[in-house]
Amino acid sequence: MSNTVRSQTGNDWLRDALPRIVLSPSLVIVLVFVYGFIFFTFYLSFTDSRILPSFGLVGWQNYSRLFSIRAWGIAVDNLLIFGSLYIVISCVIGLALAIFLDQKIRAEGFIRTIYLYPMALSFIVTGTAWKWFLDPGIGLQAVVRSWGWESFTFEWIKDSDMAIYTIVIAAVWQTSGFVMAMFLAGLRGIDNEVLKAAQIDGASNWALYRRIVIPQLRPAFMSAFVVLAHMAIKSYDLVIALTGGGPGTATELPATFMYSYTFTRNQMGIGAASATIMLMSIAAIMVPYIWSELREKK
Amino acid sequence: MATNASSNVIRTGAGARFVIYAILILFCLYYLLPLYVMVVNSLKPLDEIRSGGMMALPSQWTIAPWQSAWSTAQIGVDATGLRPYFLNSILMVVPAVAISTVLGALNGYVLTKWRFRGDTIVFGLLLFGCFIPFQMVLIPMARMLGLMGIAGTVPGLIFVHLVYGIGFSTLYFRNYYQQFPTELVRAAMIDGAGFFMIFRRIMLPSSGPIAVVCIIWQFTNIWNDFLFGASFSDFDSQPMTVALNNLVQSSTGVKEYNVHFAGAIMAALPTLLVYIVAGRYFVRGLMAGSVKG
Repeated sequence: MSNTVRSQTGNDWLRDALPRIVLSPSLVIVLVFVYGFIFFTFYLSFTDSRILPSFGLVGWQNYSRLFSIRAWGIAVDNLLIFGSLYIVISCVIGLALAIFLDQKIRAEGFIRTIYLYPMALSFIVTGTAWKWFLDPGIGLQAVVRSWGWESFTFEWIKDSDMAIYTIVIAAVWQTSGFVMAMFLAGLRGIDNEVLKAAQIDGASNWALYRRIVIPQLRPAFMSAFVVLAHMAIKSYDLVIALTGGGPGTATELPATFMYSYTFTRNQMGIGAASATIMLMSIAAIMVPYIWSELREKK
Repeated sequence: MATNASSNVIRTGAGARFVIYAILILFCLYYLLPLYVMVVNSLKPLDEIRSGGMMALPSQWTIAPWQSAWSTAQIGVDATGLRPYFLNSILMVVPAVAISTVLGALNGYVLTKWRFRGDTIVFGLLLFGCFIPFQMVLIPMARMLGLMGIAGTVPGLIFVHLVYGIGFSTLYFRNYYQQFPTELVRAAMIDGAGFFMIFRRIMLPSSGPIAVVCIIWQFTNIWNDFLFGASFSDFDSQPMTVALNNLVQSSTGVKEYNVHFAGAIMAALPTLLVYIVAGRYFVRGLMAGSVKG
């Protein structure tokens, strides 16, 4: 009798705890491999680690050295140039295409499919295609010259001052269709009654969009900004495939800097410091966003 | 994505419509241009590309670049073509996608139907893990894989993708199960159904769409990954993206652009096919990863 009672309470305990037991492996994995690892790298950024992790603390030295390295300055400047152009151009193209596609366009679904397929590709594939298309020797420049415009010149990818803009071209190509889809979803959620009323009052289409529609797309702008900013900060593959960070260090970004300082130049402490700064900038964007999303849900 | 047809009240004149169609078609060409360049140039001999004919159709069609990219091109030290790396990618993607999807479904189920104190915090922790720059985990992960004895192997890559895939798969299933009527789960509990019984009999049968979304998302992400592949693989365990990059960047010998383009299409084909077959779900996954609800 007492036996069955005990096994019953045992069962009850198991039944109550089961959901948390099922969740616990994932939680442990995330605590260790995300947060534990973040802490580890953060800690390394204050150590004298070179080729291997080492635990001699050196204070803020890695950070002060990081900001005195020219390549890091270039990487940060490049990220600002690339990031802002990438976000602005993607949003402009995305919004324009979404508004145009929202005009009862024939074959809308088909066109949307074409606009969005680049999102399915690897940045390495995108980088390869654009690398050779922009190559002056065989790509656009050679083609236009072979068509008879002998003096045509387009050598951005070989030009230290212009190469960063080729990254913008390829990155915008890859994601602007996705931004279009976000805005289109926003447009489809807008209430038509207000528009009808304004139309009766004689507002032009331009005024309708500028005064009523676009202001209502604020959540879509928010999402687009967060997604694009976070992709810009993480950009790595595309640079590797398109320019390899070159010519020289002209298209270095924080992500490529971190990789080369950690794994090829054996300056792990500095690499860890640069990774920490990347994390901080992403957290500054993502944490408020996730926070507000989760609070709305509650 | 809202696929309901445009119910827009805005009316446009014939002239404006002509301009709109022209712009839309122009952008179609822009998006298709790199694909056209890749396909056309993978089917022509090298000297046709070198003589400024990148935009032209091949005057002499050939599949030799494809054969070379697949089985004889020099990748790193060996002239193996991309075939072994394509296999690596498949061996890596299938288990990583399967396991992360199953875990995501279970997590989403617990987080919505068996709520406990602090579950939102747990979810927030999982969610933020999706967006961290992976540069932040490269150094400790390299050590950890070494300690686990799976450094530089395909199982090592599976493990890494699994670990960082759980966040997104949980996100999908949680948001989906949140819409699922909790009363049904309660009723089943009162009838004595247990945790797994409810999951199998009630949740799973209606999870088809979100499972497809999740699988497609994970497949695309893991197949297209480069950073982890480049950091944690050896010559014989490289995934397709890393091998393609090695092929294109190799500085020795003649640059065989046509072979590079053929290789790029091979690397793109699996995700492209998934997109063509199930694009709707792909877009849903993209949207759920950014705009929720």
